[in-house]
Amino acid sequence: MAKVVVVTSGKGGVGKTTTTAALGAALAQIGQKVVIVDFDVGLRNLDLVMGAERRVVYDLINVIQGIAKLPQALIRDKRIDTLALLPASQTRDKDALTEDGVRRVIGQLRQMFDWVICDSPAGIERGATLAMRFADIAVVVTNPEVSSVRDSDRIIGLLDAKTIKAERGERMVKHLLITRYDQNRATRGEMLAIDDVLEILSTPLLGIIPESEEILRASNLGSPVTINNPASGVARAYSDAARRLMGEAVEMTIPTEKVGIFGKLFGRRAA
Amino acid sequence: MKFFRLFRRQESAPVARDRLQILFAHERYSAKAPDLLALMREEILSTVAKHVEIDPGKVSVHMKHGKKISTLEIEIEVPNNAPPLSTGSRRKRPLVQAYRSA
Repeated sequence: MAKVVVVTSGKGGVGKTTTTAALGAALAQIGQKVVIVDFDVGLRNLDLVMGAERRVVYDLINVIQGIAKLPQALIRDKRIDTLALLPASQTRDKDALTEDGVRRVIGQLRQMFDWVICDSPAGIERGATLAMRFADIAVVVTNPEVSSVRDSDRIIGLLDAKTIKAERGERMVKHLLITRYDQNRATRGEMLAIDDVLEILSTPLLGIIPESEEILRASNLGSPVTINNPASGVARAYSDAARRLMGEAVEMTIPTEKVGIFGKLFGRRAA
Repeated sequence: MKFFRLFRRQESAPVARDRLQILFAHERYSAKAPDLLALMREEILSTVAKHVEIDPGKVSVHMKHGKKISTLEIEIEVPNNAPPLSTGSRRKRPLVQAYRSA
């Protein structure tokens, strides 16, 4: 049965879109049928991060308004054929996102894919609440930094109150994904440690994504980091998180990008 | 020891953790009793409104939780030209503030 995942955070700029692209691609890379849906109406970016910005013809709003049929709006990824993208509209008409419309589209996507991954806009307004509304699972993206942690707490509260699952009295499955983590700074006491964040938010951990140059490189090229450089630390961290989403027990590590002196000398990429 | 500490920057992460824990303790505590505040606000306002004309949008009710005491702070803005509703009321000053320890 299809699973609907919302990638959310409250705060902007913590890595929701990067995470949606990387997790979606990682799941597709292990053979799952995946669609990633951009809910950031007016400020769409998932198409750009996926390198599909020039292939957008119809979008989520067009489908909701009946201007286009769902298959017309879906963009199939050129690198992985089990991965598809449903872009957001670039028009600023946020009210076009209706609950009925979103319900209908998510319902249809459930029939077509194994995973429906919704990239939530920042904030706690309509776009964000509709992105989480029909989700079965939430991935809360958090940076080890006070404002991000506070906003995550707020979002966790909304997930437990404003989703269909919560209203039915069912359990909303929530996972924490800590991004932009710097082990060295945490060791030096300059950054909140993983255990601190977990204790404060009391939500189980899906993965730890290290701060990495690979993220910018991948988004520059319009390719999810798990496709662009699968051997990199961040890509492995995302792939591990994807396998945990699948229910596999994967040991929690923080893969790093460190290149030793020999690695540098011989030009080998750190594995 | 002190000599070495000069070279070490103060750790900031524990401060961040403590600030968040205190903040959440407050926010979660006040989230548990939102109805009490709304109820008190309504009752106090209806009492005040019997005597002076007030703008419901210009009322702020806050409860601050301290370690030993909590304070309830109510600020009601009353326009100076607002006539008293009943001739019996002499209160013309705009602010009504009440403090209560809990």
